[in-house]
This record gives sequence, C-alpha cells and structure tokens, in this order.
Amino acid sequence: MNPVNYLYLAALLFTIGASGVLIRRNAIVVFMCIELMLNACNLALVSFSRMHGNLDGQILAFFTMVVAAAEVVVGLAIIVSLFRSRHSASVDDASLMKL
Amino acid sequence: MSFPLLTATAALPAVGAIVTAAVPAGRRTAAKWTALLFSLGTLVLAGLVFARFEPGGDRYQLTESHPWIADFGVRYDLGVDGIGVALLGLTALLIPFVLLAGWHDADPLETHSSRWRPTQGFFALILMVEAMVILSFEATDVFLFYILFEAMLIPMYFLIGGFGDRAHAGSEENAAAQRSYAAVKFLLYNLAGGLIMLAAVIGLYVVAGSFSLSEIAEARANGSLEMAGSTEKWLFLGFFFAFAVKAPLWPLHTWLPNAMGEATTPVAVLITAVVDKVGTFAMLRYCLQLFPEASKWATPVILVLALVSIIYGALLAVGQRDIKRLIAYASISHFGFIVLGIFAMTSQGQSGATLYMVNHGISTAALMLVAGFLITRRGSRLIADYGGVQKVAPVLAGTFLIGGLATLSLPGLAPFVSEFLVLVGAFSAYPVVGIVATVGIVLAALYVLVLYQRTMTGPVRESVRAMPDLRVRELAVALPLIALLIFLGVFPKPVTDVVNPAVQHTMQDVQKKDPQPEVEAAK
Amino acid sequence: MENLIALLVAAPLLGAAVLLCGGRRLDRSGHWIGTVLAAASFVVGAVLFTDMLGKGAEDRALHQKLFSWIPVEGFQADVAFQLDQLSMTFVLLITGVGTLIHIYSIGYMEHDERRRRFFGYLNLFLAAMLILVIADNYLLLYVGWEGVGLASYLLIGFWQHKPSAATAAKKAFLVNRVGDIGLSIAIMLMFTTFGTFAFGPVLEATGDTSEGKLTAIGLMLLLAACGKSAQVPLQSWLGDAMEGPTPVSALIHAATMVTAGVYLIVRSGAIFNAAPDAQLVVTIVGAVTLLFGAIVGCAKDDIKKALAGSTMSQIGYMILAAGLGPIGYVFAIMHLVTHGFFKAGLFLGAGSVMHGMNDEVDMRRYGGLRKYMPVTFVTFGLGYLAIIGFPGLSGFFSKDKIIEAAFAKGGTEGWILGSVALLGAAITAFYMTRVMLMTFFGEERWRHAATPSPDEPDVEPAAATGEPHPHESPKSMTIPMIVLAFGSVFAGGLFSVGDRFLHWLEPVTGHDHGHAPVSATTVTAATMVVLVIGVAVAWAMYGRKPVPAVAPRGSLLTRAARRDLLQDDFNHVVLVRGGEHLTRSLVYVDHTLVDGVVNGTAASMGGLSGRLRKLQNGYARSYAVSMFGGTAVLIAATLLMRAV
Repeated sequence: MNPVNYLYLAALLFTIGASGVLIRRNAIVVFMCIELMLNACNLALVSFSRMHGNLDGQILAFFTMVVAAAEVVVGLAIIVSLFRSRHSASVDDASLMKL
Repeated sequence: MSFPLLTATAALPAVGAIVTAAVPAGRRTAAKWTALLFSLGTLVLAGLVFARFEPGGDRYQLTESHPWIADFGVRYDLGVDGIGVALLGLTALLIPFVLLAGWHDADPLETHSSRWRPTQGFFALILMVEAMVILSFEATDVFLFYILFEAMLIPMYFLIGGFGDRAHAGSEENAAAQRSYAAVKFLLYNLAGGLIMLAAVIGLYVVAGSFSLSEIAEARANGSLEMAGSTEKWLFLGFFFAFAVKAPLWPLHTWLPNAMGEATTPVAVLITAVVDKVGTFAMLRYCLQLFPEASKWATPVILVLALVSIIYGALLAVGQRDIKRLIAYASISHFGFIVLGIFAMTSQGQSGATLYMVNHGISTAALMLVAGFLITRRGSRLIADYGGVQKVAPVLAGTFLIGGLATLSLPGLAPFVSEFLVLVGAFSAYPVVGIVATVGIVLAALYVLVLYQRTMTGPVRESVRAMPDLRVRELAVALPLIALLIFLGVFPKPVTDVVNPAVQHTMQDVQKKDPQPEVEAAK
Repeated sequence: MENLIALLVAAPLLGAAVLLCGGRRLDRSGHWIGTVLAAASFVVGAVLFTDMLGKGAEDRALHQKLFSWIPVEGFQADVAFQLDQLSMTFVLLITGVGTLIHIYSIGYMEHDERRRRFFGYLNLFLAAMLILVIADNYLLLYVGWEGVGLASYLLIGFWQHKPSAATAAKKAFLVNRVGDIGLSIAIMLMFTTFGTFAFGPVLEATGDTSEGKLTAIGLMLLLAACGKSAQVPLQSWLGDAMEGPTPVSALIHAATMVTAGVYLIVRSGAIFNAAPDAQLVVTIVGAVTLLFGAIVGCAKDDIKKALAGSTMSQIGYMILAAGLGPIGYVFAIMHLVTHGFFKAGLFLGAGSVMHGMNDEVDMRRYGGLRKYMPVTFVTFGLGYLAIIGFPGLSGFFSKDKIIEAAFAKGGTEGWILGSVALLGAAITAFYMTRVMLMTFFGEERWRHAATPSPDEPDVEPAAATGEPHPHESPKSMTIPMIVLAFGSVFAGGLFSVGDRFLHWLEPVTGHDHGHAPVSATTVTAATMVVLVIGVAVAWAMYGRKPVPAVAPRGSLLTRAARRDLLQDDFNHVVLVRGGEHLTRSLVYVDHTLVDGVVNGTAASMGGLSGRLRKLQNGYARSYAVSMFGGTAVLIAATLLMRAV
C-alpha cells in the first residue's frame, strides 16, 4: 500500500481535530480533539519514517506520546478543577483572560 | 596572577548590596551602617586604583581579561584609562555622601506604619547602582558595557519609583502618580536609547567581528579594519543617541527634571552626578574612539545641540518654581558644557570636559544635598515657600551659597577650572561657539542668585522661623564636599595629571591636533 | 623678599577663613582678628615697599611662583605673583585704606550682631583684591576679579533681611558677570593668539599680531572694566550698591574694587597702545561716564547715592586718562590713589553723619550739622576741597594733570575730551558743594518730622522714632577719617613735587608728554574758573535759599537724573521683563512641545495598544484560530519561497 495514503489519513485526522478545537465548547471534547491532532502528527511522523527509511520519525513519535501523556494528566486536572469551580465544562465560560 | 583590583572595586558594593538587603527588617540602623561601611570600603579600593594607576604608563591599566560568552567573542575585559580612573574615583567618593544624606529618607513613616518602605532596599539599590556604574567605567568590552549600561536602569527605576520625595505639594495619591510617571518616563527614555544602541552594538560586531574595544580601535588605527563611511555614521548615531539620552542633551532631556524632581534628593544626586556621567564618559570613550570619522562628521550638529542645551537649560532653570527642577535644568546646561568640551576636539576641551564631569558631580551633589536638607525641614520644594532662611539657619544658607557659587563656576572653586578649559577649548577651535557659550555664565549667575535670594534672604517667613540649622550628620555631608570643591579649584593637578595622557590618546584616535596660537605659528 | 608676596594674600585669607568658619565663639574677638590681619598685610606691604625703594628702578619687580595651577596640554596657568611698582601702589592703597576701614568698622558695626561675619567678608575682600593686583597672569587676575565681586555681593547684601539689599547685591553680581564675559573672551583670545595669558609674554608679543586682534582683546578688556568700574553702559549697579554698610561703600565701592577696571586697562597698556581704536572707545566710555555720573550726582538727595554718582564720575576721569595711552596712564593711577583717599574719607564722613542721625540718608533732612559733628565736618570738608580740586590739595594735582593730558591727546579728540573733562570739573564742584551745603550748613531741617520725598518712596524714613540727636562718632571712627583727611590734603602734593609718582611708575607704564595745544598754566586757570563757577552756582541754589525738606519736582533732566538717567527703567523693560517673558514662554515650550512630543508618542502607543487589546477577548477558540491562521500563513510562505 502506498504510504502516501497514510499521510492523507493523518491530514484528515488533523483537520478533524483542528476543527473540533475551533468549533466545540465542551472542554473534554476540545481536549480529545487536541489528542486527535497529536496522534495525527504521530501517524505522519511514523509514515515519514517508513518512507525515508530511518528511525528519526519513530523516535519523535515516542516523544510526542510521552508529552501527550503528561498533557493529559495536567489538562484533565485543569478541566476537573474548572468544572468544580464553575459547574460547567464550557471553555467560553473561562474567558477571564482579557482586559 | 595579580589581585583583580578592578573586579574587587565593582564587586564590593555588589556584595554590600546583597548583605544590606539581607539585614532583618527590624534592624534598620544596622542596614544603614552596613551599606555605609561597604561604600567606604569601595572608596578605599578606588583610592588604591588611583594610587596604582601610572599616568605615564599604558593606555589601559590594571587590565583583566577572561572569556565570557565564547561563541560570540564576548569577553569580561576590564581596564581603566585616566578618564575612567577619574570617574571611578568620583563615583566611589560620592556614594558615601549620598547614603549619609539619605539616612532617613527611606525610614517607614510613623503615620503609615503599614507602608512598605524598606530601608534595606533603598540602601541596597544604591550600592547596586554604584557597582554597575563602576564596572561600566572599567569595561573595555563593548558588549559588557552595553549590558551594564542597560542593567543600571533597573535599580534606578526602583529608586525613583519606589522612594519618592516626601515634600510633595499634592496628595499622597497624586505624589505616587507623578512618581511612577517620572520613573516610567526615565525607564522608557533610556530603554529606547539602549535599544538603538543594541542594534548598533550588533552592527559593530557584524562589521568588526569582535567586541573588544582595544582590538577594534587598534584595527581601525592600523587600517586593517575598513569601515564604509555610511556604516560608520549609522553605527555612530546608534551609540550617540543612547549616550545623548543618558547625558542628557537637548532635546532628549525632558526625563531628567521629572526624575530629579520626584526622586528623593540622594537619588536625584545619584542620577545627575553619577549615572548620567556614564553617558558623557561613553561619548568620549566609545563614540570618539570607535568612530573618529563619523564623530568629526557629526561635530557641527552636536556642537549646536550642546550650545542649545547650555542656553536653554539655563533659561529654563531661571523660569522654574521648584528648587529641585531648577537644579535639574541647571544640570542640563552643564551637560551641554561637557558635550561641548568633548566635541570641540581640543586637548583643553576634552581635559576640561573630563574635569567638568568630576567637578559637576561634586558641586551638584553639594548644592542638591543641601537643598534636600532644606526641603526636608520645610516639607516643600517650591521656592516661594521659603524666605529669610539665612537668618535662622546661617550654616545651611552658607553651605547652600557655596554650592550655588560652585554651580555658577566662581573662580577659586573647582567647576571654574573645568568650565574655563571647556570654553577655551571650544573657543580655540570654533570661536563663535565659545563666545555664545560664555553667555551661559551670566545665566548661571542669574538662576543661582535668584534662587538664593528668594529662599535665603529677605524677611524671615513664618513657616521657616523654627527651622533648625544643619545637624552633625548633615555637616558631615556638606563640609567634605565643600572642602573638595575648594581644593580642586585651587589645585586640580592631581586630577589633570591623570586625565591628560588619556586625552592625548583620544586626540590621536580622532587624529586632531590643537590649533596653534597665531603668534607662535608666525615664528 | 619674593617669598613675602604670598603673605600679603595669606594674612587676610586666613582671617576670612577663621572668622567665617570660627562660629559664635569668635563673636567677641572677631573684629580684632580681622583688623590685625589686615594690618599685618599692610605691614608686609610696607616692608616690601621699603625694600623696593632700595633698588634701582629697573629691577624693582619681584616675582614669586607658588605652584602650577591648571596644567593641561598646551595650557599652562600658574598661581604666581608679580609685584612691580604698579602692583605695589595698589597693595599699599588697598591694605592701607583697608586697615583704616577695618578700624572704622569696629565702631560703625558695634551694634550689629553679625559683626564677626562682616569682618570675615572684609578680609575676604582684601585677599581677593590683593590677588587681583599681584597676579602675574590674566587667569589668576580673573580669580581675584570674581573674588572681589563675591565679596562685594556678600557685603552689599550684608543686611540681607532687607529685600532691597538682597536685590542690589544680586544686581551688582549679575552686571559684573556681564562684564566678566568680556574678561573671559579676552583671555581666550589671548590664548588663541599668543598661546599664553601671562602678563609678561602677552604684553611683549603685542607687536607680532594684527591690530584687529588687539582691538578685539582691548574692547573685551574694556567691557570687563566697565562692569567692575561701573562705567556706562554697565554702571547701573553702583547706585544700588549703596545698600551695603557705609564702610563697604567706602572701601569697595569708592576706593578700591571699582578702580580695578582702571588697573586692568593700565596693566594691559601694551595692548591698548597697539590698538588705537580700542583706546578711542576707552576714552569715549570714560568721558560719557564722567558726565553721566556727575549729572546723576547732582540730582540725588541720598547722600551715599550722590557720592556714588561722584565715584562713577571720578572713575570716568581715570578711564579717560587710561584711554589716552602713555600720556595718561600715570595720571590715571595717581588720580586713583588720591581719589582713594578723599572718596573713602567722604564716605566715612557720610557714614559718621548717618551714625549720628539714626541712619537717615536723605540730605534734605540734614542741615547745620557742623556744630554737632566738628571732626566729621572738618575731615569731610577737607575731602570736599580735595575732590573739587581746590589748589594745593590732592584732587587739584591729579585732576589737573588728567585735564592737561586730555588736551595733550591732540587734534579734535583732544579738544573734545579736554572740554568734557573741564565741564566735569565744573559739575563736580557743583554737586559736591551741594552735598556740603545741604549736610553741614543751613537750617536744621531734621528738627521737624519730615515725610519721605515723593520721588523716592523707597527711601525709608529714619528708622528710629522721633527727632534724631546728632552727635560726634567714637574715636575708632574719627581717627581713620582724620588719617584719610591727611591723605586727601597732602598725597597729591607729595606725588607731584618733582614728579615723584611719574618716575616711580614710568618703568612699568611708560610715559609720553604729548604736545599740549595749550599751556599747563592755561589749563590750570581754566580749571580754577570752572571750579569757581560750579561752587557759585551751588551756593546760589542751596546756600542762599533754604533747602526744601521735600524735593521739588524739578526739571525733566533732574527727574531723569534722580532715576539714574532712566537706565534702570530701560533695564527693567528690556532685560527683566523681556527675560521673564522669554523664560516663561520657554518653560511653556519645554512642557508642551519638547515634552509634548515624548508624551504624545507615549499616548499614541497607548491608543494603539488599546485597539489591539480588543483582539484579546478571552475565548480560547479565537486564540486557537489565530494560532492556526498564523501557522497556515507560515506554511504557505515556506511553500511559496520554495516554489520561487
């Protein structure tokens, strides 16, 4: 199978994730969309690794996974505490970062 | 390896700052004495530098050199020439007086016991400024100098904004607003100058491939470093702009009256007598040495700006109603003289300008600190609130008068020597400029005597009737400064001997010769 | 012997330092310290003088170098003294009259709580004045020059609780500073022309440079002299300077400091000799001031101001003589010395009168005082006879010589200058007779309480209440007056017999007899005639008729003269008002324009960021859009770059 197809798939997943981040208000969904984008990147990295015949992309994918795992920990904690204080998981409610 | 004297001179006040800041909150007096002792120690080290320095020896002496940021060729290079020694000495000399004069300026107010006025911070910040200023006089690496030139803004910002003059006409909030306005104006003005200088510093590195002052100057002198005329001019302008803001030269002067007016008097002295000197010092060292051709190219414009500063500053001083702002404008006039001396490019002018920096430091410190004692007593900076002080506090009035007479360059006091040298230097190269500048001496007499007359003479005002005369601490500030003014006015040789060789080097850098007297030339 | 020269200065300088720093514990002995040190300086001067007399005329000059003052590449200024016959004359005059006035002040200032300080200032003045006359270069002379200015400032404003005194002091210093510009520029010109400003080299090298340069230097020196010696156009400060205590007026504003300008011109004789244009201007200034001062002196009712006008006029004579060149130098100095005696005596007499009259200064409230103050009357009278040039007294010899010299200048100039000098002599006789008559003769106008004259409302009425009780002054005051009266009577004769003074100064100043168009006898006769006319007119106006206690309105000229010929009004309108407008508008410009640009930049930055701030709406989504948008633009740009 042509590895380029994997790249198309990665691009598609990334786009879905990106539009999810932009459109959805629920923090959990936004968060999942971010994960989706990260994994799309991972897919692209692994595919490039395969295409170019070296391991750089795969190694980088591992890093991404580690970072994503750490991000999940921190991000979920933030979302939970946000929900606790506001009784809502909507990202638009947390719009205090303006003057 | 010999003892790194220059590093020690700068490091001692820095250590002092940290120690002072660490003194516990309740022990205010201990913090003050710690700071004073460290500043006196620095004075001793500066005295050692003065003693070790050989006027006839190498251009830069007591040098130290260590790699710092090797990738960019930035080095920790120190060394002093005569000009540096003179200014280093001035700084080390003035700081103890500044500390002593500001002994109670940062005490917490009794009525506002909750107010945050940490004495420790005030004294530590002053020592920090001292350390940076001293190191900037010693640096012979352009990048190192730049870092210090900018870094000293930080403690200065806090000193101006955090510790205001308590003698303020308006309410507490009003005072705080004006103070922070002055501090921010000071910071932004100087940062803007500094950023333009940064661009020029980077540009210099790109062209010359080095930050070392002596390497670049040598390469320029022996022709191995060619610089296109326009490049040199742009780089020169970048450097000069920063120095002209700091100096300050008309029309970049408006931050000074605000900063000096709102800050406590010791800090005002710190600004005009110490920190601003870095600007004029850097003109001599960096502008003339690195960009001799561009300096000569810009001379006419700079001389005009200097003349405008002299006359304009003096006229504005006449029109002021606030004692501290009056002294600030007088300083602008004096900085005009210094710049005039530097860019007249004659031996007399440059020796005079260097001497002027030292003398102006001492005379302004004397006048301003005594004015501060006066202001503290009455709680007002307005000239109109005083009158007849001479009758109730004759010693205060006497010291104030001597400070004023030094400011108007009375012969016999130190500033006369330097002012006359600057005038002669300017006159021999550009007669018209010299003649116009002499008008400044009449205006100086006008603003000083009007100030003295309105505050000290006449019938005793009710509000000053109970004013006490100078106390021991205040006398310990005023008298040594006055003694120095008289000593250097009668016998300036110790300073001129140190300065002269350095000036000759600078004259060689710009490849200028003094105009010969007509009669000798005829022979 | 050379080493003694510095002692001349050191003694009074020490006195000033001790008295001014000594504090209150010296209050009781301070005046003695001051007087003794002044006298010590006089003794040193006398020793040096006798030593000098013992030597031949050519090697009398002494020189002492103390140390190198300002050593800068190509610029050498030394603290070095030079004592030749000219300096010696001044040293004796300054320390001699100075010591007498110290003694006088002991009595005069007895009731002033700040007497110690007064003596400190007097000593400071002596030191500065001595530096001025024994300096061996122009820059050190400048130190003395400004030093006497400072002392004069401090002493005029000695009673500084009076606003008028403080203002007068400031005015004197400022006007002098204007003159100092001249001295500064002259020194700078000398430096660029000769490479030095020491007297010896400069005065020897005058032949090597162009006349234009020398004229410029000469005119600048004249400007300096005008400031210090109160010559037109910088004369306005002298009248106000009378706010100072009377001994100060006698010492500084009559006998010594105001003559410094004459010293400067005579000392720089070589420069002026080679610059005839400058000399002409000097004579014109002298002649104009001579008349100006005399006219002002005629109209003043304040005894000290009348004498101040007279001082101005007499110095005009000296400047005129100095401008005549070698014909006049010696006589300028001779008149300076005799004037030092009689004018100091007159001022001390005036002080004595004021002392007895509760500090009243208005002559219209004097009258008939000769009965009450016999010593003052006699000494003042002798001074009066000396100044109007009564035959045989000091003023007769010196003034006569100047008038002769003016005629000897030759040509139309000579005639004009000579006539002006003669006219001046007539006016001098007039106003001095007026002073004499109004003060010592006539009815006793102080007996009835008077109101201040309407034209001079600022003259305060007598400080004490009720009628004054005129009395003679104490011994410490009368003795100096008697000594000075001796000087007024005999100095001129002593100098003139056998041309002693001429031979004494000639080695320094040179001398030239000129060719007088009229004989000396004719000049003397003419002087006598105008003298008699002047006295007679004054007698007719103030002796025969009673003097009104309130000044009559007077003619236009009288009213103008009372106001110093409107000089002050001119200064006020043009300089003071104009200056105020200038500074005020500059303060405005600085605040709105120069600072306005800065604040404007800051404000526009603030406005811009205020607008940009609206993009910051707090929604995470919109930040994400800008992130994605930015990334997309970056990627597109990269691809585009590659494609190109």
